[in-house]
Amino acid sequence: MSEASELSAGGTGTMRPPHPLLDIRGLHKSFGTIEVLKGIDLAVSPGELVFLIGPSGSGKSTLLRCYNRLEEASGGSIWFDGQEVLADRIDINALRRRMGMVFQSFNLYPHMTALGNVTLALRKVLKKPRAEAERIGMAALEGVGLAHKAASYPGELSGGQQQRVAIARASALEPGLMLFDEPTSALDPELVGSVLQAMRDMRAAGMTMLVVSHEMRFAREAADRVVFMDGGVIVEQGPPEQIFGSPRHERTRAFVSEVAR
Amino acid sequence: MDRFLDSFLNAKLIATTWPAILSGLVVTIEIAALVVVTGLLLGLALAMVRWRAGRWFAWPLMLFVDLFRAVPPLVLVLLIFFGLPNVGIELPSFAVLWLVLSLVLAAFAEEIVWAGLIAVKRGQHEAARSTGLTETQTLLYVVLPQALRLAVAPLTNRTIAITKNTALGTVIGVPEIINQATTAVSFSGNATPLLMGAFAYLLLFIPIIGLGRLIESRFAWRRQ
Repeated sequence: MSEASELSAGGTGTMRPPHPLLDIRGLHKSFGTIEVLKGIDLAVSPGELVFLIGPSGSGKSTLLRCYNRLEEASGGSIWFDGQEVLADRIDINALRRRMGMVFQSFNLYPHMTALGNVTLALRKVLKKPRAEAERIGMAALEGVGLAHKAASYPGELSGGQQQRVAIARASALEPGLMLFDEPTSALDPELVGSVLQAMRDMRAAGMTMLVVSHEMRFAREAADRVVFMDGGVIVEQGPPEQIFGSPRHERTRAFVSEVAR
Repeated sequence: MDRFLDSFLNAKLIATTWPAILSGLVVTIEIAALVVVTGLLLGLALAMVRWRAGRWFAWPLMLFVDLFRAVPPLVLVLLIFFGLPNVGIELPSFAVLWLVLSLVLAAFAEEIVWAGLIAVKRGQHEAARSTGLTETQTLLYVVLPQALRLAVAPLTNRTIAITKNTALGTVIGVPEIINQATTAVSFSGNATPLLMGAFAYLLLFIPIIGLGRLIESRFAWRRQ
C-alpha cells in the first residue's frame, strides 16, 4: 500500500501501465473487526464487460464502492487509467467523474427534472455553460430513449425510466469506466428489460463496465468475463460459458445451480 | 354590557390611541423583520458549518443551541439588558431585543435545518459525489434544497413564535405594540388599548401565517 502510494506521489501520471484500465491488487476492506474483502486481485481491460456475481454479503458491492472511494479500502492498491486511486493526494473529484456509478436505488435528485439531474455535474464539475450542458444532457437522455422525459421530475417516472436517467447522468460525463451496483434489483420485472437495453447499447459503444447484478441471463449473454465472489475473496473467474457451463469450484457450482432456476 | 364596551371598546380612546399603537406596530414589524432575517440566516449557516466541520464544531454548537432553547427569552432579554452594562457594554434596548430573539431563532433554526439535512437519504450524497461534485457543491445543490423542503413547515412555525416574542421588548422599553398599549392603559385606566394591540397583532400575523402556508405548498415537490 505505502509503496504504491509513494510510486504515484513521485510519478507524473505519464507512466501508465500498458494494459488494464482498472487494476486492483491485494484489496482489503474491514468494517470494524469484520473483514469484508480479504485480498482481491482483479484487472479490467478497456472495453471489457465484467460481471461480479456471488451470494449477498460476499463483498461485491463493497468492492465496487472501493473503486471510486465511496468506501475507503483498508489496504491494497487500485490503479485506474494510470493513476493510483488510493493515493492521499489524488484529486478524488476528478477521478470520480471519470468513473460513472449507477446505484440500485437510482438516487436521482427528486427536486430536479431529468435534464437537471443529468446536467448538474456537467455544469458544476466540468463548468460547461448551461446551453452546452443541456445539449450534452439531451443527447445523453436521447441515448437511453428518454429525451421526451427531460422536463419530468423523478417522481413522475417509472423505476426503469429513473434508472435510465441515472445511467444518462453518469454517461453524460464521458467516464472511462461505468460501475453498476445491482442496477435492476429494485425494478419490477417488466421494467428490467429497458435498463438492460441501455446497458447493452453502452457496451456496444465500447464502454468498459463492471456490473454487480443477479441478472444471470444478461451476464451469460453480454459479459466478457464473470467473476464469482464468496466470503470476501474471488473464488473463480472466467468467460460466462465456463462459470455457468462448467464451473471448476464447488462453491461456484452450488451458487450457479442455485440461481439458475 | 355598557361597562364591558366602555372598558374594551372605548371609541374616544380608540381615536386618541391609534397613532401610538400604529407606531408600535411599525417598531414590531421592524424588529420582527430583522430577527427573522438574521435568525434564519444564522441558523442556516450554523447547520451548514456543522455539516462540513464535524465534531469539534458540534460540541460548542450544542452548548449554544441548548442554552438558547432552554432559557426563556424573557430571562435572556433581562440578563443582557441589565447585566451587560455592568461590564461596560451598553446596548440600546432595540438592539438587545434583536440580538436575543435572533440567537433564539438561530438555535431553533439550526436544529430544524440539521434535522432536514440528516433526513436526506445517504444515496443522494453518494450519487452527487460519484459524479465528481465536491462536498460543498453536494451540500448546496443536492442535500440542502431537499433539507429545506423538509424544514419549511417547522421553520414557519418557529418564525411565527419568535416574532410574537417581540412583545418582550416592553419590559426593557422598546416602543413596540404592547409597550404603546400598556402605556396608554396606565394613563387611561381602560383596557381598550390592549384590545387594539391584540388587533394589531392579528393584522400583522394573519398575512404571515397565510404566507407560511403558501410557501409550504410551493415547496412541496412532486413525489410519487
